Amino acid sequence: MTGTREPLLTVEHVAVHFGGLVAIADMNFGVHSGEVLGLIGPNGAGKTTAFNVITGFLRPTKGEVRFKEVSLNGLKPHQVTSLGLVRTFQRTSVFQDNTVVGNVLIGLHRRGRATLLDTLLGLQRETESEQELKEEAWSILRLVGLERRAFDLASALPYGDQRLVGVALALAAQPTMLLLDEPVSGMNASETARFIKLLGLIREQGITILLVEHDMPMVMGVSDRIIVLNYGRIIAEGPPAEIQRNPEVIAAYLGHGARRVHHHA
Amino acid sequence: MRRAFALVFLAFLLTLPLWLQDPYLLHILITTGIFTIAAMSLNLLLGYTGQLSLGHVAFFGIGAYVSALTTLGFDVDIGPWTFVHEPWPVMAGFVLAVLISGLCGYLIGKLSFRVRGAYFVIVTISFAEVVRLVALNWVDLTQGPLALNNIPAFALSVPGLGEHTLWGKVPNYYLVLAVAVAAYILIKRLVGSRIGRAMVALKENESLAVSVGIDVTRYLVLAAIISAALAGAAGSLYAHYVKIIDPEIFLFIYTVTMVIMVVAGGKGTLAGPVVGGLIFGTLPVLLRSYLGPEFQWIFYGLFMIFIVFVLPQGIVPAVEQRLFPSTREPPPEALATVEPAKGEPQ
Ligand SMILES: Nc1ncnc2c1ncn2[C@@H]1O[C@H](COP(=O)(O)OP(=O)(O)OP(=O)(O)O)[C@@H](O)[C@H]1O
Ligand SMILES: [Mg+2]
Repeated sequence: MTGTREPLLTVEHVAVHFGGLVAIADMNFGVHSGEVLGLIGPNGAGKTTAFNVITGFLRPTKGEVRFKEVSLNGLKPHQVTSLGLVRTFQRTSVFQDNTVVGNVLIGLHRRGRATLLDTLLGLQRETESEQELKEEAWSILRLVGLERRAFDLASALPYGDQRLVGVALALAAQPTMLLLDEPVSGMNASETARFIKLLGLIREQGITILLVEHDMPMVMGVSDRIIVLNYGRIIAEGPPAEIQRNPEVIAAYLGHGARRVHHHA
Repeated sequence: MRRAFALVFLAFLLTLPLWLQDPYLLHILITTGIFTIAAMSLNLLLGYTGQLSLGHVAFFGIGAYVSALTTLGFDVDIGPWTFVHEPWPVMAGFVLAVLISGLCGYLIGKLSFRVRGAYFVIVTISFAEVVRLVALNWVDLTQGPLALNNIPAFALSVPGLGEHTLWGKVPNYYLVLAVAVAAYILIKRLVGSRIGRAMVALKENESLAVSVGIDVTRYLVLAAIISAALAGAAGSLYAHYVKIIDPEIFLFIYTVTMVIMVVAGGKGTLAGPVVGGLIFGTLPVLLRSYLGPEFQWIFYGLFMIFIVFVLPQGIVPAVEQRLFPSTREPPPEALATVEPAKGEPQ
């Protein structure tokens, strides 16, 4: 169990085809326990698709994903989540019509102990479990710094705070490993700085992180290691400093410059 | 505040027969109450999980037939076998109605929730139609269009006190009220729990709900079972109250009535189907004294359209916004008091 230990997450020969389009071609990588791995690449490179495959939202055309040495092939997304692999979404990652604390309570779903009968009969275990969930929700809200917005509707929050609710929701699902899809997109500099602090706290809890992000200074700053994806292929892998100097990576980003601007317009 | 309102309203309903002695009006209230229970059950699916069951009356009708047949007894030939069933007490009929309707809810849910939305709507409509055709054509069992007659009145067996048959309007009124209150409390507990949160989460954003570990099929099927079981309970009450049922009970118009009650009252709210049920259950009758039947239905239709256009969320949410404009949840102190003492890594 030393150098050859299997990573926490292993992606092995995974390919995803949409009709003729090869969104991911033969992808191989591992994420080690406790690490922050940055996954970057131009728009359309296949980052979100990789998330979808890993978390069971998409079936890979080929290949296998393993988490904690268990194959995830054929598992439904909620089963993947219950193994401790939790993701956020690039676009909406909050329940807009719920309050902030309501969002976190939904995220705490799997931690409820009450059975259907407890609930229907209003037995003590239902009350106790609800109380525990509320306490837990509160501690998560304090962790992400949203306790003062707890009773506001998620949709009423500024965009940066909404992204935090999304992370709180994911944290509530008890991740061993967290997959974040562009968590700071749309955030201003101070919101991003606050988010980087939060990432540190999440890390301290021993949660492994796979991070997709277009904000280069941010990913380079927080990641231990970076993987670069272009047209569904991994074109580089290594520590941030090395990646920033890699000519192939620079070329890939330059080639996509025009498209990026278009996408983010 | 809301609780106080609910209790006052309940007290009003409890004392109603004391001063309202007109048997016709009591009759209207009893049937309205029965349909309100059905509307509450539909609301669990439509309002909380967002699934439109346009065959909901099937569960109601199945409950009515199961309960009626259990208490009347029957003998049918299926192939070489003859099944003879001796009459059972009404309580047994009621329980079986709930169980069998719930089972049907389970089957329909399992069948159709793999693909949702329009597909579910179509499956439920077809299911109601198939059940109607069975009731119409299996004459051996159901008497077909001739109807099942002489269904016994509801009888409560109280240990030690023997059996009490509910003959008059007043006991039936209280029976329906008791079942309605029980259904209301069950639904309230359910939607206020993590199960209810899971249902609402699925309705709002299924992918996101699934991503935090909520099993879609499990909760949709659960909602379908409970919803169907409650509709079956309402059907059983109906059968033993009107004492005659025929296949017309499965008509689409009854489902439509339930949907209107839920949508007009406010789907996804606890009080919505109660308010909608009371209004649309009693309105046609109240209009009857002032308008001819044709104008009565026109008025009914216009009123419905008016509500849907003016109050698209339904009556209850609209009234709530007026009465309590800014209330949403309990004040933050409520939660602050449960703040755990253990330190956070901050
Ligand atoms: N469901 C789908 N059906 C067909 N094509 C898809 C589907 N999802 C993604 N694609 C395509 O697969 C490719 C990879 O998309 P993906 O969303 O994974 O990119 P991305 O790296 O996340 O990009 P961005 O940085 O813009 O989020 C794109 O060409 C996209 O159009
Ligand atoms: Mg993406």
